[in-house]
Amino acid sequence: MIGRPIKTRKVAGTPKVAGFNPYGQSQGEVFKETIFLLYEEYEALRLCDYEDYNQTKAAEAMKVSRPTFTRIYMRARHKIAKAFVEGHSIHIEGGKVSYDNAWYKCNECSSIFNNPDSLNESIRCPLCNSLNIDQCRNEGGTIK
Amino acid sequence: MKIAISSQSNSIESNVDPRFGRCPFFAIYDTESSNLEFLVNPGKAAEGGAGPVATSFVANQKAEKVFSGAFGAKIKSLFDELKIQMIVVPTETTIKDIIEKLKK
Repeated sequence: MIGRPIKTRKVAGTPKVAGFNPYGQSQGEVFKETIFLLYEEYEALRLCDYEDYNQTKAAEAMKVSRPTFTRIYMRARHKIAKAFVEGHSIHIEGGKVSYDNAWYKCNECSSIFNNPDSLNESIRCPLCNSLNIDQCRNEGGTIK
Repeated sequence: MKIAISSQSNSIESNVDPRFGRCPFFAIYDTESSNLEFLVNPGKAAEGGAGPVATSFVANQKAEKVFSGAFGAKIKSLFDELKIQMIVVPTETTIKDIIEKLKK
């Protein structure tokens, strides 16, 4: 029997740094182990502890169920606690994620727009308030 | 809510400017008070980095939505961080068109 495939988690962006190193260890001691914190775990921590979302709202933002979000969040805290206590370095990488940099096109007034409020599910055209919109295929760069 | 529109001149009849960073004027429109004012874009005269200059200018005006003919490559991440919505409209649109559509 094979398990269900992992759902893609939506993240707002990548962290500013690639990881953290401990300092102040006794001479000659090297980092024994590296903790790999996944992007989705970083995002869960950011939403819950930095942006002060509750878990239900944070789960919606990441497009996963609330129990799944809790598991991601628990894993994130466990990994960070482990790194702190045992003095490991943390690498933030990997995970099954998609980025929220989508553009949308209104079919009524042909304007193109983004949606910075990722919690808002029903997207309307900001100009003519139409619901007749499509997601654009082109991503990033100058759009016209 | 305040919105900012990149404008080719300081009149309500003028078209949307196709450049966000180097447009001559920003039309700042307040949807609650229907107050419209035109402000000179400080990014117009900037030597380099006109986009970020214009971005912070618009953010300081407390605009929550920005309309322009096009946005440069560096702008998206700046506005995302500020949670300001970007809207690309066809350049034949006038300032008046946008304001009238928003009133509906």
